Amino acid sequence: MTSATLPASVDAMLELLTSRGYLAERSLATVTYLSLRMGRPLFLEGEAGVGKTEIAKVLSAALGRKLIRLQCYEGLDVSSAVYEWNSAAQMIAIRMAEAAGDTDREQLSSDIFADRYMIKRPLLQALEPDVAGPPVLLIDELDRADEAFEAYLLEILSDFQVTIPEFGTVKAPHPPIVIITSNRTREIHDALKRRCLYHWVDYPAAERELAIVKSRVPGISAKLSQQVVRFVQALRDQDFYKSPGVAETIDWATALSELDARSLTPQVVGDTLGALLKYQDDITRMQGDTLQKVLKEATSEN
Amino acid sequence: MAINHLAPEKTEQFADNIVGFARALRSAGMPVGPGAVIDAMSALQVIDIGNRADVFTTLEAIFVKRHEHALIFKQAFNLFFRASEEWKHMLDSVPLPEEARKKPQAGARRVQEAMSQPRMTETPQHQEQDLRLSVSDKEILQKKDFAQMSAAEITEALRAIERMHLPQAELLTRRYLPDPRGLRLDLRRTLRASLRTGGDIIDIHRRGPIQKPAPIVALLDISGSMSEYTRLFLHFLHAIGDARKRVSVFLFGTRLTNVTRALRQRDPDEALASCSASVEDWAGGTRISASLHNFNKLWARRVLSQGAIVLLISDGLEREADSKLAFEMDRLHRSCRRLIWLNPLLRFGGFEAKAQGIKMMLPHVDEFRPVHNLSSIQELIATLSRPLPPHHRSLIRSAA
Repeated sequence: MTSATLPASVDAMLELLTSRGYLAERSLATVTYLSLRMGRPLFLEGEAGVGKTEIAKVLSAALGRKLIRLQCYEGLDVSSAVYEWNSAAQMIAIRMAEAAGDTDREQLSSDIFADRYMIKRPLLQALEPDVAGPPVLLIDELDRADEAFEAYLLEILSDFQVTIPEFGTVKAPHPPIVIITSNRTREIHDALKRRCLYHWVDYPAAERELAIVKSRVPGISAKLSQQVVRFVQALRDQDFYKSPGVAETIDWATALSELDARSLTPQVVGDTLGALLKYQDDITRMQGDTLQKVLKEATSEN
Repeated sequence: MAINHLAPEKTEQFADNIVGFARALRSAGMPVGPGAVIDAMSALQVIDIGNRADVFTTLEAIFVKRHEHALIFKQAFNLFFRASEEWKHMLDSVPLPEEARKKPQAGARRVQEAMSQPRMTETPQHQEQDLRLSVSDKEILQKKDFAQMSAAEITEALRAIERMHLPQAELLTRRYLPDPRGLRLDLRRTLRASLRTGGDIIDIHRRGPIQKPAPIVALLDISGSMSEYTRLFLHFLHAIGDARKRVSVFLFGTRLTNVTRALRQRDPDEALASCSASVEDWAGGTRISASLHNFNKLWARRVLSQGAIVLLISDGLEREADSKLAFEMDRLHRSCRRLIWLNPLLRFGGFEAKAQGIKMMLPHVDEFRPVHNLSSIQELIATLSRPLPPHHRSLIRSAA
């Protein structure tokens, strides 16, 4: 069955992720492996840009599963997350039945609440069987949805089923692989976290970040990539409103290599700082002495 | 040696160890349910338990559900899976945060107070008189400054606060609900109803947006100069937290403490006790600027994201008032829907914003109100229950 293609150990998991260019910490590989083996949703929390969403994409590609993404936002409700009836088509069906002189109400009702009038949204799609095996369901930035939606997720996440009043209960034959991410703009209720394996994704250590930069920005020189990583790591020690994530590091490294920069200079850093820092206050603070200091730290040879 | 605990051939001992570890975590203040223990056992069966790091990550993913607990878990894990000694002794040496320590029992404070009150020995008639306040007494109580109240009056004021009913200040959400007067057509319901008449649409069903109380975030100054007010304000915040679900409370003096969870307890005394247990700098100095900085950096994005109203309760007497304070106030102001500054100093008729700190903060608030007696708190409640103005910076209701 499908589980045959799943990695059989933490090391295999690590390899699988690495083969797709995702250089994960061992702890992340462990929880991912566990979530696959135990069939439990994986709840990833951490600062923006540390690779929480990425892991779902990588998993789906590596396992050859469909990726179903539900981007959360305030006001997300059942009709845009689970299913919706195609009312226009239903209306036409009713008119057609009328025109044909069909007046059996029971028959009409069961006809128009059939599968073909249902518009399936991500959560329902994720419960459907797929030839390639259960899909990867990414519930992205759950903290942006409101509490009511969170409560709705409880049933889906524990039983992998959805109840539709006109239709009945839809249950997944095999539970999907669920990855939930949150940036902590709001605390998620304990009840939901309890159903998941929880993991805090941290900024990577310098060596790992260097490896990530090298694999993601192929043309970059060894010297520049090292300076970039040192600079970013030093920046994270500063008291900024928003520290740069790995995604920003990659952006910046790409920008620098596009500009053909050989090494970091105050000029080139000043011009491209917007790729790293996203708040004007933070950028202002980086002028002058702070910039000099961090730059010196990053470019010193040792 | 550590892994001896997890010797697979001794399944019973293995289970015992997990149960014991879960108990250790629980007594360290982490919420660990029996479900998690079962999860942990099944998880450990699919990984290689010879690898200590993997065992750590596995158990962490199951037992830790909040990032804040990660540190406690780490220490507990290192202690528990170190040697097979009695874990309890070792646990005592863990530097746990105050809130993790055993909580005092509900009403302990009230019992204690009752025991030490001389009133207990007084005649019952006297007590009765105390409690039966006449109408005029009540009026006086409404206007009386909290700082000048006697113990009995404070008791009465607390009761009045508990009775305060907070009407819901509504915030339109983007979710919808069946509403006969709503503006949106509810096609699904309309269609279902039409089936009853064989497809003829007789009733049109509508939907309207759900209204929800706006979240409130309170930043309460607990420095020495505010000490006469803090307890009453905490009672007030506890009372409104009961009525509406989304109230976050932070205390600050020289440092910032999130006491939202502590205040959630039903019993006000227990809530206040666990609140004060989690604060280290009670009635000390004030560092408003540093505290606001911490709030802006660590919490603003998490608690202000849904159009929150911020209540800043402070006298604004800041020693290190400089441009940083203005900067942090500005940031706070820009990240919330409405910033209301409640200042007990406003009770003085001729109050002028002379102190440097107050001058710095004043330009960045939407409203500046007194809170020193019951009637001003009631006015505050009335303000909170009015429909929110659209997201614009209204005029400052200056004290001068």
